[in-house]
Formats: sequence, structure tokens, C-alpha cells
Amino acid sequence: MEYSEKVMEHFSHPHNVGKIEDANGVGEIGNAKCGDIMKMYLKIEDGIIVDAKFNTYGCASAIATSSMATDMIKGKPVSEALKLTNKAVVEALDGLPAVKIHCSVLAEQAIKAALADYYRRQGIDPEPIVGKIDDEHYDQCPIG
Amino acid sequence: MRFVYADNAATTAVSPKVVEAMLPYMTKEYGNPSSLYAFGQTAHRAIEKARAQVAGVLNCAPEEIYFTSGGSEADNWAIRGAALLGAKKGKKHIITSKIEHHAVLHTLAKLEKEGFTVTYLDVYENGIVRVEDVRNAITDDTCLVTIMYANNEIGTIQPIKEIGAVCREKGVLFHTDAVQAVGHVRIDVKAENIDMLSLSGHKFHAVKGTGALYCRKGIRFENLIEGGAQEKGRRAGTENVPGIVGLGVAITDMVEHIDENAKKVSALRDKLFEGASKISHSRINGDLEHRLPGNFSMCFEGVEGESLLLYLDEQGVCASSGSACTSGSLDPSHVLLAIGLKHEVAHGSLRLSLGEQNTEEDVDHILEVLPKIIDRLREMSPLWEHIINKENGKE
Repeated sequence: MEYSEKVMEHFSHPHNVGKIEDANGVGEIGNAKCGDIMKMYLKIEDGIIVDAKFNTYGCASAIATSSMATDMIKGKPVSEALKLTNKAVVEALDGLPAVKIHCSVLAEQAIKAALADYYRRQGIDPEPIVGKIDDEHYDQCPIG
Repeated sequence: MRFVYADNAATTAVSPKVVEAMLPYMTKEYGNPSSLYAFGQTAHRAIEKARAQVAGVLNCAPEEIYFTSGGSEADNWAIRGAALLGAKKGKKHIITSKIEHHAVLHTLAKLEKEGFTVTYLDVYENGIVRVEDVRNAITDDTCLVTIMYANNEIGTIQPIKEIGAVCREKGVLFHTDAVQAVGHVRIDVKAENIDMLSLSGHKFHAVKGTGALYCRKGIRFENLIEGGAQEKGRRAGTENVPGIVGLGVAITDMVEHIDENAKKVSALRDKLFEGASKISHSRINGDLEHRLPGNFSMCFEGVEGESLLLYLDEQGVCASSGSACTSGSLDPSHVLLAIGLKHEVAHGSLRLSLGEQNTEEDVDHILEVLPKIIDRLREMSPLWEHIINKENGKE
């Protein structure tokens, strides 16, 4: 198993690590038993994600995908962030080993969970907009 | 930047002495040991010298040593051989432990599919098999007990002599995978009642692809590899002459310095334990007394092992972990789970395995970078946040 240079770059020097104290959308996904948890903090103003930060417990690809995914949504409208797929994150990282693809799914889901929280805080049912957050999935640890 | 190789349980550097001993058998004395002319017999004699060297170290007869391609082959051969021998007498039960190497566990899993029954003994919190459990598990159907000499992850040394004695008393064959132990702790197959023992050259400064099986005289089981009449017709294939020569030199050299090495290496390891134990929410895995001199194994809560070892790699430190991500499977290491660790704790495991070449400066370097890396990972870890919040009653 070998990581791309891009993955190692984002792992060694991850972007957007930390918390946003006045975040208006926070989502956490994954579990300790599986060995990875991602927590996303979003600051959304006028439909634009003005800031995104993350905290991640997990392997190198979990950290790298969190870094890349937050980069990809920062400064973008919520509508664009909603369209972010794990595949796009993987491509932006020049690929992930097959056994690590689930980390990218985790990043996509963590962003969706944060967006769902953002809608919920405004009294809007997030499910029709964000879709179902696939958290239960991770109780079974799809992969190592 | 300082480079610290602290993964000697994975493999070791080939020693210059070994390389020097091997070289003539590649370019000058390259004859086939099976050839009858003098040129071939020179190679043959070199193999027999190595056989005597290995036998001398293990305290057995040279004809009880069979060279193999490594530890895995030796394990496969001994276990499969003993199992088939048992099956001929209608005995199809095997006893092992939960913390064996996969070369043993996967061979046994295959035998289970072929109709054998396997008992996997617990190792308890300290990672050590209880002799009484072995005794109680033996039935009239038991044909083999296979328990590793020392564990590759947590370094625990098993009560081999006592287990061997029980097996002798009950008339059951006893095999031990001693891949991690040979060259690092004294082994005497006679005094320790061992019938079969696997070893691997690259764990003690010989080259990769070399190993041996000790099989006590009189135990005659089927071959694993068929072909020519090498190794008295029991293991076919033209011998790896340079590799075998190197293995003989390496094992002799290791045993000559075994006490001073153990003293030096265990002192470095203890310094590592002392330093790393200062990190909060950490635990030492295994047993401190019955332990390989070079083995350090700890878990750090709130961090994940693969990230930990890749950040260590950035600081020039080669280490290993039993996290799921590094084991390439769904679960963290079976060894860490067997000693009762929760998944989330086992994911944060770190193994450092020291060798004679490691220095005080190496240990200082590790102890300088390790706490910083753990701090860095914990700072970005939501799991760590949960742990701290729970302690503070916030969750």
C-alpha cells in the first residue's frame, strides 16, 4: 500500500485543522471502534461557506481526506458543497489505496452531517436537502 | 535528521560478518551441493558446517536441522506434517494460542476446513499462556500443541519448557514458532522439551529467505515441498548456499554475544518505557518480566497507530503498529484484542523493537519526538476530546 505524494502532503501538513468557535454547522461521523472519527466545523454566511475546519482521529488517509475536503468547500456556496462526492476528493488527492476509499466517504458524510446541522439549527428539515447521513454504515466498519 | 531503525522484529540489517561469509559462495564457490565433484562438495561442506552451527546453538544434532525458505515455511511444514501424522492415528485435535503469528493461525484455519479441531488458548492480560490450560486442553485426540516461543507484537515469552514437559507427559508433539526468539534469548531444545522449532534468519542479521526447522529425530512426517533429495529427501530444492552459510554465521555470532546484547538492548527498552510512560493515557502491553529484550509495545489513547507511525517516519523513526489500518484488515491486531484491549485502545498501539545497533541517542531521539507527535494527533482528535470530556463529566 502506497500513498500518493498529494496524500502525504495533506497528511504531513494538513490544512484547516482545528475548531470554529462560532460555527453554525457541526457534524461528526465515524466511531472509535473502527479507528476513525471526523468532526467538521462550518461557518456559513449568506449561503457561502466562509470557513471550514476539522478534527480527525484516524489514519493518514483520514487526515488527508479531511484536509482536502475542507479545502474543496471553503469559500464555496452551500449548494456546491452539497454536491461534493467522495470520488472528487479521491481524485483531488491523486487517488487512495482501495482499502482507504472509505475514508473519503467519511469526509463526504462528515461535511453532509455538518450541513444537516446547519439546516437543523434554522428549523429546516435537512433530509430532503442533504439526504440521509450514512452513519450507521460505520458501525460495521466497512474496511480497516 | 537522525535515522532510527526501531523495527528489528520486522527485519534486521545483515551484518558485515555475514555478508563476508556469504560472498565466496556466490561468485567463487557457486557449485551445486548435490554435485559429486569436488567443486560441488565444497558447497555441500559449507551447508553442513552451517547445520552444525545451528544445531550447536539449539543443542540438538545436526541431522535434526532442516533448512527452509524462512519461518513461515518451517511453521507450515511442522504444523501440517504433525497434523497429518496425527490424522493417520485418528487424532485430529490441535492446541495453540490466540496470539500466534499468521503463519501458524492461517495454517490451522486451513486444517480446520480439512476436518481438524483447533483449541485457541487464552493468554490473559499479560499475554502469557497458562501451562495448566494446555494440560486441561489436551485430549486423547490431540496430536499437536503449537505455541510460539515469544510474541512478535508484545514480546511476551511463553513458558515453553513447562508446556513441553506437559506435552511429553501426555505423548503429544510440541512445536514452537521461535522466529522472534532465536538469537535473542537462549534456547535449548532438549532441556525445554521441544519437538519442533521454527526459526527465520533475517530476524537475527542473516538474509531474508533463509530459515530452518528443527525436528527431533524419530519424528517422521510428510514433506511440504517435493522434488530432489536435498535435506535428506525431506525438503526439495537446491539449497540457498550463501544464505545458509550466512545463517550459520549469524546465529553463532548472536549467541556468542547473547548476554551482553540482552543487557544492553533491554536497558535501552526500559529507558523507552520509562520515558514513554510519562505520556498520559498510555499503557504498556504484555509482561515486563517475561519479555524479549528489544520489545517495546504501548498504546496511547485518542491516537491512531498508522498516523502515529507515519509521523514518526517523518522524524526518521521506523516503527510498527497493530492498528486496523496497519494490519490491513477490519480489526486491530488479534494479539492486542487477545490481551483484552478495546478496539479503540488497540488502534493506538506502537511497537518499537530495538537491536544491538541501537544507541542511547536513538532512544533520546524517539523520546523527544514521540510525545510531540502524540500531542499533535490528540490535539486534532475528536476521540481525545470525547475522552477528556468524559473525564470532566461533560459527556
